[in-house]
Amino acid sequence: MNFASPAFWPPTTQEIVFLLLGVIAVGSAVLVVTTRQLVHAALWLVVSFGALAGGYLVLTAEFVAWVQILIYVGAIVVLLLFGIMLTRAPIGRSADLDSGNQIAALVVGVATAGVLVSVLVAGFRHAYMPLTPGAGAAKPLGSSIFRTWVLPFEALSVLLLAALIGAIVLSRTDIRGR
Amino acid sequence: MHVVYPAVISALLFSVGVYGVLARRNAILVLMSVELMLNAVNLNLVAFDVWLRDQLHGGQVLTLFVIVIAAAEVGLGLAIVLAVFRTRRTVDVDRLRDLAEPDFPQPSPNGQAKVRESS
Repeated sequence: MNFASPAFWPPTTQEIVFLLLGVIAVGSAVLVVTTRQLVHAALWLVVSFGALAGGYLVLTAEFVAWVQILIYVGAIVVLLLFGIMLTRAPIGRSADLDSGNQIAALVVGVATAGVLVSVLVAGFRHAYMPLTPGAGAAKPLGSSIFRTWVLPFEALSVLLLAALIGAIVLSRTDIRGR
Repeated sequence: MHVVYPAVISALLFSVGVYGVLARRNAILVLMSVELMLNAVNLNLVAFDVWLRDQLHGGQVLTLFVIVIAAAEVGLGLAIVLAVFRTRRTVDVDRLRDLAEPDFPQPSPNGQAKVRESS
């Protein structure tokens, strides 16, 4: 867990690739929250999630990376695009996507970033993890899901079913409340 | 790989999501910002799972669970947004103020400011 920490400079190839992917992820996330076009926000979200999936691959969490691409990029973004279209949002530029409290939001966001980054840098400055390939492949992850974590897995299946039924009930118009 | 890199990137992603939740008006954009925050948490979970070398892979399994919960959350959230859009013709969170306190005390019919009943 605590290994002798090598210097920050020069960075290894893994670190360079991870940092580039992280810059892409954070940059496209900033575009998601600042763009003036609603559909472009969803598409920048795809870029951000894809770059994060690449980061998971660098961190040797292969299975999580593919699940991220399948579910986030494949399902959630498509669901959000459906939501955009069903609420008849304007396709082009729209000026009223930002609320009036942008300054306060910026202050809170920068303060959050400052606190979190300073605490994390102070706490984990010397921590180092050597990456061993194959640690997060489907086989070890699957065996730990279906041995140790099988009860939460089943509970989560019930939760997903309940969410599905709830979404159907909420979006049907012929079911009236009593 | 230094642990600081993924930790700092996830902290930055989280604060971008915080800014988006607070600054956006469209309910779907607020949902997207919540997804960004969940992704930041996921990156942290994966990084610390790899760092601690968890034999049970608790961090990565929890990441998968968070992804599933995010899918359920976005499905339910969009159903609620669509229901709101059907009844109000808007998804603008600034204009959905039915649950807010009124800015001024409502005058009651006998001329005095109405006092909220405490039940």
